[in-house]
Amino acid sequence: MKRLQHLLPGRSGWFWLTLFFITWALSHYSWDLYKALDARWIIKYPSAYLFKAESLISHFMQWLVEDATFGIFTFRELTRFIAALIEFPYVFMRDLLIDGFSVGLGNQAVEIAPSLSWIAVIVTLTAIAHYARDWKLAALVGGCFLYLAVFGQWQSAMVTLASVLIAVPIGSLGGLLLGILAYRVPLFETLLRPILDLMQTVPVFAYLVPILFLFGFGPVAALVATVIYAMPPMVRVTIVALKGVPSEIRDVGVMVGCTRWQMMWKVIVPAAAPTLMVGVNQVIMLTLNMVIIASMIGAGGLGFDVLGALRRLDIGGGIEAGLAIVVMAIALDRLSQAFASRSVDTHPVNPDRNLIGRHPWFATVLLVAICTYLLGGQSAIVQTYPEAATVSTGTFWSGLMGYMNVHFFDTFEAVKTVFLTYLLLPIKNFFTGIPWVWGIVVMVLIGWRMGGIGLAMLTGTLTALIAMVGLWDKAMITVYLCGVSVLIASAIGIPMGILAAQNDKANRVIGSLIDTLQTLPSFVYLIPVVMLFRVGDFSAMIAVVLYALAPAVRYAAHGIRNIDQQLIEAGLVSGCTPRQVLWRIKLPMAIPELLLGLNQTIMLALSMLVITALVGTRDLGQEVYIALTKANSGQGIVAGFAIAFIAIIADRILSAAANRVRRNLGLER
Amino acid sequence: MEKPILLDCRGVWKLYGVHAKDTFARKNGKLTAEDIRAHGLVGAVRDASVQIRQGEIFVIMGLSGSGKSTLVRCLSRLIEPTGGEVLFEGRNLLSMTDKEMIEIRRRKMGMVFQHFALLPHLTVLQNAAFPLEVQGMPRAEREARAREVIELVGLKGREGYYPRQLSGGQQQRVGIARSLAVEPDLWFLDEPFSALDPLIRREMQDEFLRLQGMLHKTIVFITHDFDEAIRLADHIAVMKDGEVVQVATPEELVLNPATDYVEEFTRHIPRSKVLSLRSVMTPGAPVGETAGELQAHLRVEAVADRIEASALPHAVVDEDGTAIGSIGRQAVIDVLIGRKLAS
Repeated sequence: MKRLQHLLPGRSGWFWLTLFFITWALSHYSWDLYKALDARWIIKYPSAYLFKAESLISHFMQWLVEDATFGIFTFRELTRFIAALIEFPYVFMRDLLIDGFSVGLGNQAVEIAPSLSWIAVIVTLTAIAHYARDWKLAALVGGCFLYLAVFGQWQSAMVTLASVLIAVPIGSLGGLLLGILAYRVPLFETLLRPILDLMQTVPVFAYLVPILFLFGFGPVAALVATVIYAMPPMVRVTIVALKGVPSEIRDVGVMVGCTRWQMMWKVIVPAAAPTLMVGVNQVIMLTLNMVIIASMIGAGGLGFDVLGALRRLDIGGGIEAGLAIVVMAIALDRLSQAFASRSVDTHPVNPDRNLIGRHPWFATVLLVAICTYLLGGQSAIVQTYPEAATVSTGTFWSGLMGYMNVHFFDTFEAVKTVFLTYLLLPIKNFFTGIPWVWGIVVMVLIGWRMGGIGLAMLTGTLTALIAMVGLWDKAMITVYLCGVSVLIASAIGIPMGILAAQNDKANRVIGSLIDTLQTLPSFVYLIPVVMLFRVGDFSAMIAVVLYALAPAVRYAAHGIRNIDQQLIEAGLVSGCTPRQVLWRIKLPMAIPELLLGLNQTIMLALSMLVITALVGTRDLGQEVYIALTKANSGQGIVAGFAIAFIAIIADRILSAAANRVRRNLGLER
Repeated sequence: MEKPILLDCRGVWKLYGVHAKDTFARKNGKLTAEDIRAHGLVGAVRDASVQIRQGEIFVIMGLSGSGKSTLVRCLSRLIEPTGGEVLFEGRNLLSMTDKEMIEIRRRKMGMVFQHFALLPHLTVLQNAAFPLEVQGMPRAEREARAREVIELVGLKGREGYYPRQLSGGQQQRVGIARSLAVEPDLWFLDEPFSALDPLIRREMQDEFLRLQGMLHKTIVFITHDFDEAIRLADHIAVMKDGEVVQVATPEELVLNPATDYVEEFTRHIPRSKVLSLRSVMTPGAPVGETAGELQAHLRVEAVADRIEASALPHAVVDEDGTAIGSIGRQAVIDVLIGRKLAS
């Protein structure tokens, strides 16, 4: 009897169980309820009361583009000015890397100078890598770019690289300046913070729409979107880095009589440089990710190749371009990380040596650039990697996929069907069946239970807003897909994290796997999944799981590792078996971290979910995607905000839960 | 003859809290401890007055939270005091514009920090030259000057190193070199040796005394270590709860502690390190045979061995060579054992 009682839930357990069963019952019988009561409003938000946010926003955008004026210049002129400002360096970079410099337009164009030869580009990047760390890195980076040339991806890769090289400085510098402003003016920081929060949760597709509307289709619009996407983390990192400069260092600046300018640029910013470089690394990786996605609004390059291949279902081409992105991402990531952790030479260069001796790498690069420039006129091989020597793996991949589909089709299909029937569909029916009114009530209850009245109001309002703009059904599909993916990602990721925390060897393997997964632009995940499982919810789910796995692993490992060693020793001394130590000490103590990991997993899952609209989901992501193809700003923004609302609700509830647990464990007062 | 006053700090207050400035102004700068508490303020420095004379080592001593670091930051105006005056060469620092302050800091002040505060991206040479760089001094000139101070602190040969490649003691030597590069008139040292190991600390104190012997700077030295204070100080200001409890020479502090708090500090200090012969001798011209003459300002510790070794008392003479008293074995032993002085 005692044992049985132990199994019964406590008071809060009853609350959750009751809530779940009521929800389940309502979801299951909502259709019957509607029929019995003849009340359609139960399953569908009445269209007469719809909040017409979509057309409001569309009209506003229309007005912005057509009529808005600042007196001296119109809004349209402003966007054109910005576009020109970005276009000039971008065109220059493209000319330098791949197109070659020319004057005149169209057929009258006369080439005045060729672009850098492929050899010069590879040598330059190798030299930078050696400067940043050592020969090993130089070999890696050089090898990666050589791969791009040999496997015939050079042209697209250079277009992508040109975008990255323009977007990264703008994003980093812009982020730095905004961060400095926020650091200096506290009011500005309070204004900026909620905007940054929102920017992180609004899915990328959502702001492609208005940007497409404002800047038109093309590389400039893509660059604007990329910069907007990549800048917020830099702003955050800058604020943290500047605030982290020890007060004594600032005192030094004052005591030696620095002016404000000297203080910022000679003392604080250099002292914060290592942390700032971490931000730049993030900007680079986000930029690459976004440049690929932004191929939808005309960025071109590798992303466009992937997109095209996905649309044509050209398996080989898609994998080829995808691999090229992976290779480039790895090279850029390692390179920027090396810069972030670069230890300066112990002994300064001997000033007595001549100019070439002092700057060996610069001299080599210059020499190679000049030589290939001179030779490039004579021999085409030096200028562009010969087409005949490229190796195309496309047919190989197509063949491999064909082989797998022929021989393992049944297996894949069986796996897919099992998942669909026993996991995906039941959960989908559960979520889509919930009547919207009850959904709002549930969110209010959960918010109230977790964080009190304030949180309840927030979650309730946001949920109600989603219903009011008429996106309830699609939102529920989003919740269901996200929920299933997060469930599976956690089920795989948390044990992996625990394993990594307890075993050094496992840690190395899992660590490098997770590092690589995190480096890859989200687009890449779609390719193999679609090839094997074709379009649909199951494919989307797998892509989301892969993309969202990293934080589950990271936070679990971090949580387990950070437990006070004394607690574990206390357990061992009391005679716990390793299993008992894990279940009774480590896991309970790691719950706050696990919850934060869950939070991050949800965020990544949501952002990936939008992208999986490309493989045919029917959720909010699809709504955004449709808006994108129709350039309908209102629709895109509203759906984007709906996704952001889901993200915000999940974030606030989980943060509140983590804080509660932490308080209960006495980790925080 | 006393040296002129270089830095005169008159009734300086630093209050933290909401409306600290208004409350202070409303009360005309006359706040009691109760007032401060009633308004929910924190009195980090309360009505502190100290005078620092040309060429002396002035030590501000107190435990953590006593307000000593806040006071020295008020003196250098790193923190804006709530009230009071800080006169430097007769001019009130607190009423100066930012521009004037920058000028004074560039030419006349130097500061050494507890955690060294070296700029991580600069080499030893560049760190030492940094104050000069800020002033806009040409590169060759400032580096020549930086090399001089680096040699002065004994780091010649490490100019190209980065701070993280140096030990704590070496890093603080760079900090000292940097603060000396501008040849400051007024030298602030904020617990410069507190972050160092005891052995290194001792070594750095010797080094510091050696430097001061050459440079004769006016020094404001912050410490929480009473031993360090009496070793280095010409004058000590003892602080407690934001107030300056007593300002005196180390000897006066030991002989006449103003409060129980000060006495508590001095109790475990070996007297022989502090007391001069003048305060332990038997006054009056020596009677009978003496073993020799000793200067009255000498500390007991320095001559204890000589006095104890001789059966005859020594004559104690003042600066002019006039005998003003005598001292024998027993007096020295009393001091060394720590018996309460008869006086």
